[in-house]
Formats: sequence, C-alpha cells, structure tokens
Amino acid sequence: MPVFQVEIQPATPDPTAAETRLLSQLEQAGIAAPSGVRLTRLFLLDGDLDVAAAERIGRDLLADPVTERVRVRTGQDPETGDAARTLEVHLLPGVMDPVAESTLGELRASGWPVSAVRTARRIEFDAPVDVAAVGRLLANDCIERVVPGMAPLAEAPVPPESDNTLRTVAVRGLSAENLADLSRRGHLFLSVEEMTRIQAHFDDLGREPTDLELETLAQTWSEHCVHKTLKSAVVYDGAPLPGDGATARRYGNLLRDTIAAATHRLMQEGRGPECLSVFVDNAGVIGFDETHGVAFKVETHNRPSAIEPYGGAATGIGGCIRDVLGCGLGARPIANTNVFCVGPQDWPQDGLPRGVLHPRRVLRGVVSGVADYGNRMGIPTVNGALQFDARYLGNPLVYCGCVGLLPRDRVEKAAGAGDRIVVLGGRTGRDGIHGATFSSAELTDTHADEFSHAVQIGNAITEKRCVDAVLRARDAAEGCLYSAITDCGAGGLSSAVGEMGEQVGARVDLADVPLKYSGLRYDEIWISEAQERMVLAVPERHLDAFLAVAAAEQVEATVIGTFGHADETGAPLLEVRFRGTTVGQLDMAFLHDGWPRTERAATWQPPAVVARANDRPFTLAGLRTAVDAEGAARRNGIIRCYDHEVQGGSVVKPLMGPGQGPTDAAVIRPVLGGDRGVAIGCGLAPELADADPYYAALAGIDEALRNVVAVGGRPDSAAVLDNFCLGRCDTPARMGVLVRMCQACHDGALAYGVPFISGKDSLNNEFALHAEDTGPLLDLLAARGWATDEVRAEIAARGRVRIPDTLLVSAMALVPDVRRCVTPDLKQPGADVLLLPGLDPLGFDPARAAEMHRRVADAIADGLVAACHDVSHEGWAVAVAEMAVGGLRGVDLAEVLPSGAFAGRVASYVLEARGPELAQRLAASDACKLGTVSPTAELAWGGETLALGRLLADAGAVAPGVP
Amino acid sequence: MSAIRVAVLRAAGTNCDQETLHAWTLAGARADLLHLEAAIASPDRLDPYAILTLPGGFSFGDDIAAGRIFAARLGRHLRDRMLAAIDAERLIFGICNGFQILVKTGLLPDVLRGRTWSEAGGCTVTFNEQGGYLDRWVTLEADRETPCAFLEPGRTYELPIAHGEGRVVFSDAETLERVRGQHLDALRYAVPVAAGSAGGDLPANPNGSVGDIAGLCDATGRVFGLMPHPERFVDPTQHPCWTSRPGRGEGDGLAMFRAAVERFR
Repeated sequence: MPVFQVEIQPATPDPTAAETRLLSQLEQAGIAAPSGVRLTRLFLLDGDLDVAAAERIGRDLLADPVTERVRVRTGQDPETGDAARTLEVHLLPGVMDPVAESTLGELRASGWPVSAVRTARRIEFDAPVDVAAVGRLLANDCIERVVPGMAPLAEAPVPPESDNTLRTVAVRGLSAENLADLSRRGHLFLSVEEMTRIQAHFDDLGREPTDLELETLAQTWSEHCVHKTLKSAVVYDGAPLPGDGATARRYGNLLRDTIAAATHRLMQEGRGPECLSVFVDNAGVIGFDETHGVAFKVETHNRPSAIEPYGGAATGIGGCIRDVLGCGLGARPIANTNVFCVGPQDWPQDGLPRGVLHPRRVLRGVVSGVADYGNRMGIPTVNGALQFDARYLGNPLVYCGCVGLLPRDRVEKAAGAGDRIVVLGGRTGRDGIHGATFSSAELTDTHADEFSHAVQIGNAITEKRCVDAVLRARDAAEGCLYSAITDCGAGGLSSAVGEMGEQVGARVDLADVPLKYSGLRYDEIWISEAQERMVLAVPERHLDAFLAVAAAEQVEATVIGTFGHADETGAPLLEVRFRGTTVGQLDMAFLHDGWPRTERAATWQPPAVVARANDRPFTLAGLRTAVDAEGAARRNGIIRCYDHEVQGGSVVKPLMGPGQGPTDAAVIRPVLGGDRGVAIGCGLAPELADADPYYAALAGIDEALRNVVAVGGRPDSAAVLDNFCLGRCDTPARMGVLVRMCQACHDGALAYGVPFISGKDSLNNEFALHAEDTGPLLDLLAARGWATDEVRAEIAARGRVRIPDTLLVSAMALVPDVRRCVTPDLKQPGADVLLLPGLDPLGFDPARAAEMHRRVADAIADGLVAACHDVSHEGWAVAVAEMAVGGLRGVDLAEVLPSGAFAGRVASYVLEARGPELAQRLAASDACKLGTVSPTAELAWGGETLALGRLLADAGAVAPGVP
Repeated sequence: MSAIRVAVLRAAGTNCDQETLHAWTLAGARADLLHLEAAIASPDRLDPYAILTLPGGFSFGDDIAAGRIFAARLGRHLRDRMLAAIDAERLIFGICNGFQILVKTGLLPDVLRGRTWSEAGGCTVTFNEQGGYLDRWVTLEADRETPCAFLEPGRTYELPIAHGEGRVVFSDAETLERVRGQHLDALRYAVPVAAGSAGGDLPANPNGSVGDIAGLCDATGRVFGLMPHPERFVDPTQHPCWTSRPGRGEGDGLAMFRAAVERFR
C-alpha cells in the first residue's frame, strides 16, 4: 500500500504561537536554541491514492486555507532533511492517536480509499541545534520515537501475531524462594504468602494455574484493587493516640475499624448528610434533593504521571470520570477536581537524578492532560490545589476527582444471572497492560523502560460518547436498560467482570472482544487497561434497545458473555474462554476473598525535634515575599486552562470578584433553574506529617471543611473522601504513620460530624535512586534548604526518596440556596475585617474546631458575612491580600495585629462583616479585628502602604509556560 | 401562539447542549436536541425548526482543527438545507465550537454559494495568539449598525470565553474591510467602561482576534456566530462578580436568545 505524507505548514514565515512557545520552552530548559523554528504537522496516509488526491485531502480536510499550506511527500522523494537542525516525532506503534482515528473516520465516511492514518510532527530549526536534547525535551520515549532529519516513509506497521496456545505456569512444588522469583519475573507483585496461598489452592485442585488465572489473581489481589495494607489487622504500640490517649490498640481491619466505623456510627446517630452509598461502589453518594443523589470520587494516577505526565493525568481524570459514570446505575459528571504535588519548579536542569522528569515539565504535562481531557468531556474543572516539596521530585502525586449527579432510584445495582455482559466504548489493545500491579510497585531510575506499556494516551471523545450512551440508556422511556455497570479500569476486563460477577458468576468469551488490531494473546485481552471502556449487565429483553442507543451515539457495544455461572455446589465461578478453549476457571470466592490476611505491627514515636513553621510578626515586606512564594502566582494561570464554567452551573468559580481573586471552594448548581448547590473543596497538610501524621490528617479534614464552610456550605451536610499517598508501609514505624492517620480520620469524622463516604490509597510512593545520583541529590537538598537533616539522613541510608505522607481530604457540602453564597473578595469600604484565629494545628481539639466552623456557617446563613476566606497554611496575611485583590479593595490594618500572620492554623477564617453583629457572634471564638476595608487596592499599616497592583498582575496573568 | 421551535444540533464531543437548551427555554422557545447523524440520515427532521443552533464543545475532539470534521460533515450533507433555511428567513446560531463550524462551512461571514470554505478561504478561526486554552470573562460591544438578528446595536455585553482556537483571521485586508463595511463584525471585544469588570486586569482582546472580532454575522443578519458563551450567562449568579455587584435582573447572554425569539413574534 503506497504511503503519502501530507505536510501542513504555516502559510507565512511569521512565527506561530506554538513556535514561539516552543522556543521559550527550550530557553527555560537551558538548550541553546536558534532564533527560528518551523513546526510542520504530518499526516501519513496509507491508501490507493495519488499525489493529487493526497493534496486534495490536505486542502479539503487537513489544512486551514487561510493560515496553512499543504505539501505532499511520497516514498520517491529523496529529501532526508538536515539531521543537524531537523527532527521528527512519531508515535510508537499501538499508542492511541485520537487525531488519526478521527481523520480516518472522516476520510472513510467521505469515500477516500485510505486504510490507515498516522500523525507526526516535524521540528525544523533555522540553524544547527542539539537535536538529541531537543528530542528529550519535547518527546517522551515511552510513547514516541524521535528521528533526526526526516523519517523515511514506510507503511503502517502490522502488530505481531501472538501464539495463542494455552499456557500453564508451574507453581506446584516450587520453594518459597522460587515462588518469590516467579512473582518478580512475571511482574505479579505478589508476596511469598500470597504465592503460597495460590500454590495451595491449585494443589487442592490438582492442577497448575493457567497464565491467565495467575494474572487475574495478581490483578485482583493487587494493593491497587484490594487495599490489603489498609484492610489488614494491625497491632499498634507507640506514642499515645490523641483521641483517647491509648498507647496500644489492635485493629482487626484497620480501614473497617477506623474510617468506616466512624461513618456507620454517624449514620446510626443520624448525624451528617443522608448517606445513600458508602464504600461499596465506585464512588460515595449522599442525598442532594428529593430526587437526586450526588456522587464523589477521587483517584490518584501517580505512577503513569511520573513517566508520561500528559497521558498519565489525562487517563487519570478519564478513569475517575468513568468511576462516577459507573457509580450506581450511572451518575452524570458535573464537576472535576485536581490536586498536584510536585517538586520545586526552579529545580536546576543539571541536577536531576536519572529517570526523573523536570518538575516544570511534570506540572505542565499534568495540567495539559487534565485540561485537554476534562475540557473535551464538557465537565467543569472547578477546584484543586498545588503542593510543592522536593520529595515529590521522582514521584509526583496526581489526584483527580469527579462529582456526579444521579437519580435516587438509580443508586442500587446488581448483575442478574442471565444478563448479557456488554463492553461499551473503545477497543482493546496492548496498551496499559499491568497498570494495577505497576501502580502497586515503586518507581526506579529504569521504570520508564520496564513499564512503558502501562502508560497510555486517552481519547476523551470516545469517553464522551460512552457518557452520552450510558445516560440515554439509563433514562430510557422503558426504564434503565441495564441492571449493573462498572468502569473498566485497573485490571481491565479481569477486574470489571470479576467484580460484577462476584455473586452470580460469569462466563466470558475473549474472542468476542473487539480489538484495535489482531494478534493479541487471550491474556492480553483479559488484562489490557485500554481506556474508555465500560462493562454493563444488560438483561436479554433490553439488549436490542441498548445496542440501538449505543449505535445512535456512534459508540461500539459488544456482547462478550453472560452473567450467571456456578459449580455443582452453587458456588459462583468465573470462566474465561477463547476460541473454544477454557483458558481460565476460578472460584469467585477464592478470587475475591482468598488473599491471606496478615497481622502487622505498628509503632510511632514523635521526632526528637519538631520543625515548627516560623511565625514571623506581620510586616508589609513579609507579605510581599509570602505572596511571591512559589505557587501563588501560577495558580491563576492553571485555573484558566480549565473550562470551569461549562454546563452553566458554576456559581462560585475558582476566581471571583472584579479583581479575580482565588476562592476556597467551588459551588455548583447541577440542576439549572434550581436553587440548590453543592460546595466542593479539599484539604491536605503534608507539611505537618513529619511532626505527627495524626494532626496532618486532622488538619486536612479541617481545611477541606473550612473550604466548603467559607462559601456557604453547611458543615452538618458535608461528606469527605480520603486519599492516602504514602511511601512503603513495610516497617512497624511506617505502619504507625498509617494507623495514626486512620485513627485521626475516625476521630475527626466523629468530632466534626462528617462521614467519609469513599476512599482510595496509593502506597509505595518512593523513588529508588541510581547509586551515583544519591550524593549529588543530597548536596543539592542541603544547599537549597529543601529537606531537613532527618529527611536527608533517610535518603542517604536507603538510597530512596520517600514522599511526604500525604492524605488528601476532599469535601462536598450542600448549599440550600446558592443565592446566599459568600466569596472572599472584599466589598464595602468602611466594613470591619475580622480574624477568627482558630487553633494551632499540632495538638488541637477537633470538637473545638467544629464549634468554630458551625459559628461561621451560621453567621453566613444569617447574612452577616460580606466576604469570607479560609486561612491556609500560609497564614492570615496572604488571605487578607487575596481578599483585597479579588475585590479591588484595600485594608487599613490595625496597629496591633495578632500572631499567625505567616503561620498556618486550623478553623481560622478572615471575614468582612456586614454590620456589627458578626463581631459579637464570633467573640466566643476569640475573633479580633484586623482592620477596615478601604476603597483603593492597597494595604496600609504603620504609616506605610503596599499597592496591590503587582499582586494583581500576578493574579491575573496567565503564567508563561503553562499551556 | 405556539412556541418558536429551536433545534440544538449535537455530535460526538458536543458538550454545551444542556445549558443551551436551558437558555432557549428561558427565552420562551421550545428547544430540542437533534443528533447530527440523525439529521444527515433524514434531513426533513430540520424542517419544523425556526432556529438552528450549533452549540459549544469539542465536536469530534476538535481533531485536525476546531470544528473541522463537524463542518465537513455538515457541509457535505446539509449545506443546501441550510442555504434554503436562510432564504426562508430562518436563523442559524453558532456558539464557540458552533461559530468555528459556521466559519469552516463557509456560512460566515459570507454565505458562500457554489464554493467550499477550503476553496474560498477568506476568513478563519485559529489558535489564540497567546497560545493555549483560556477561560475568562470579556466585555463585548455590538456593532452600531449590525444587521445581526441576535444583537441590540451598540449594546455592551459581559460574557465568558473558553477556547483555544478563537482568533478570527482574514486572508487579506480587503476581506476585512468588506466585512467591516457591511457591519458583519457584529460583536467585538471592548475595553470595559467602568473599572472592576468581570475580566479583571486582563487584556480586552483575549486571543489576538483581528479587528477585536468576537462574533460575525452574514449580510442578512440571520446567521450569527460568536466565540463567547451567551448560554453561560442567563442567570445573575453566573457572573464572577455577582456577590459584589448585585442587582442584575438576568444575564446579558439571555438577551441574545430573546432577540432571536422576538424575530418570530
């Protein structure tokens, strides 16, 4: 098949925005760049065409007639390009290419005889350049191939045909050592105890497992899927647990006995919101109004994002959206959230350990990934946070959240025996194999090579089609057309079908699964984590109607099996067939409950020296420095990359007021024309974790709650989510950290009256350094003051960097009438500005904090508050500045000011009073007056003023380099 | 009197359809969603509608370029229907992605008859000058002599934009002059009159659009497309300054929907 390369170039020599941006990116990265660059988009078309036809396709479909021109290159073209100043970036075979898919679809629809489309890009400088360095900066070798000069034209590669004979794996009779070796070589990430349990099971059956059975067990028993650390029995013996002072405690199941126990107690006591579904589904659900519930789920996608930030973050948000779509009988996604924890943005280019991407590249990539995916899905990205710490360098954290709305009568689901198993959405390929087990492993300097197949690129439009089809089938006139739904995430079909069929069993024929290309092995089809797929249980009587809905939305739906399969005793079975052969048959009970429970020891002692945040007295110069600190200026640029207004429901947006100041929580009105809203916020305090993980967790809950209270959310209607990200938990001391965090969640939930309704953990967040990189990294951390002595000693001893223990708490709270919401921007000159000073985060009593939140919420509900801003870990001074910027107002500050100007507190707020009553109401919480609102945008104190003009420019500017 | 009927045409990747339906409903119209492929399969389904709306979103992922594939499909299958609708004094409204589609179908700023956009060129909507996607609010001013059916001549509107490809560009100065001469540059980015506008301290023209053009109409005024999102400002609480500047009765965007419906009263 001949290949034609249609090349699209700007029509004029003037640099385009993309070209200018590329040059500045090179400059940032310290690559000596020539003065000019030309970017060319390449479309490789395989088909029965001629040059004129390819040119016509270029003109009619691919090029912009005003700004671009077309050229066609064929295999006869002798041009090879100047390899000293030209490079091309092509996708590796099998990597998702949404543009190529759409182009092929349209070319076929318009009758062109084209069999394959690939896209690539050419980067051509006007003078010689370090092509290899440019390639490393602009391309990612996990998914892309860099060619110096011009790549020779070749036909689209045909994926290799696999040998599909049934393989078994010899486990019977292996020694413990050999079992461990098998687990390691096969990337199964199963412990010796687990391997031994599997060995015993197959001994009982009198046969060896097939490769597919072993893989299925590894996926289902992975930390990612089963959370075996958090669910293990733990014996704690250490420093007193602050709630009741206990120094020893045994937990039969850590998660059940702490977080879940608190939720169930609150539900029994009738406190908190109406919980419709907790911990059992893909997302937690609380009541929203008489007819709807609201679902919330937050996921992490740390490992893929470390290797390929753009694809990792995009597929992270894509997966979280599918969780919400697969919650109950399907929730409509109404808002996205994201929190990124990355290394300092000014990390020296020449100081990066092997296997690590620059933190700036990571942040740019994850922001683009979330923006491109979320924006395309038409879901507003409304809330988030940004955290910097040197220990996130090799192991950044990428949290993606999604909120959904679902009818109350669509919360329960159950696949029935006889229901057809339908896979909806994208096709299955080799992409994303081993994601679940990979995410349970640790990152090393060679992970990019070993696990590149776990990295994927998403295709948002396929997912949008899934959402459109599912919601139409959910709301069909004849009733919901399916009885259960879940997303195809980590573990692929093996996890989705295994989970849905846990009670009734299932039979699947993998030969029926639609594939992107031929040649996949049966086990690859079974565990592939190809994106944008949902699995549904469709009763026979609704099958035709369901398939018709999918067809109308132009999304593929295929029957791959039937639910309902059991052995002679009635025990549900999972049977997997391929081309007439049974390639796996597992007992559902063993698959889901067979993993060996272990009891772990936990201890914790406070560090000898507790590093306290340095609380300096207030000065205007100090404020100037604090505002300039990393993060503050970049946030607005990131916010503006996201569509935070699509769907029309954003009442409190991420930036509000005439000066566009940052807000604390978002408020969404999901039913247009209604008054009810939901406030969405988040909290995390990893900076406290080294001092005491208990208070780091409690402070996270407090901040999340503060966020939603500050905009008018009701604390007694709030629910929260936990997302633990820790390093390895393989020693009693590390387990002690987990225990203290879980216990804090339990105690905090009860004290605040706020239930956890869903959660997820990601353990083993560590980066193993190449031996030669440890010394230079330690020197750099010391020179920049980026790590304490204790942290550096640990890195030196272990050769590994462990992330700060990070618990993200995400909150949602109901807002009865969105018209009563409050924003931080200052409003009325002459009004009093009050500080609710709150409590010291280390050692505070959450019951006292809860009382303060209630008082603020009541004052807001009673209309006494004109503006309100939560005091974050930066202290109250930055909060005042942000309120002034947002309102284009100033503050005449009182002569004597309280402490805490630059130190974090909990349960602390800055408020603009509407009338004198607010100060009286809050007197019991030690509220004090900070000053008076002034009409011009400047802060006045001690005879000096700080103009907010520059602050304002920072807030409004789109940060350069953030795409 | 029966309600004016409006079709909101959607395809894979359309995502502002629900709020667009809501805006039409508030304006007193009866609006239905219609899938592009359903309309292509039976074009008569477009017949009952006085107004056709192309809503915002990322049709077909904006793959290749924003709105390009939707425009190709629309142009190939429904061009004649649309030309007939314009002649029959019906209205066509494109918002954001819908505007990009109308330009790339050759319906804006000129209703091309006999030639396609890729042959005629003339005008395009391309990547923002500052690079990248941008969500913010802008101040807009309607041309004082525009024939546009959706605008009140000379009126100021505040609306949000949310796009990466919103810069209107012309192939030559003559085309721009002709567009200006006929007042087809119906809606332009403007410097806010009073301080403290919704756009904060940001530049008035958000994307480098030539002539500050935010929206174009055709010579009949019946076809109108714009980059900003009027459907996102129908209720006062959708404005980023609603907590500090109370008193707005309804959102500025709703006026555009109302003006179109009024045409048929």
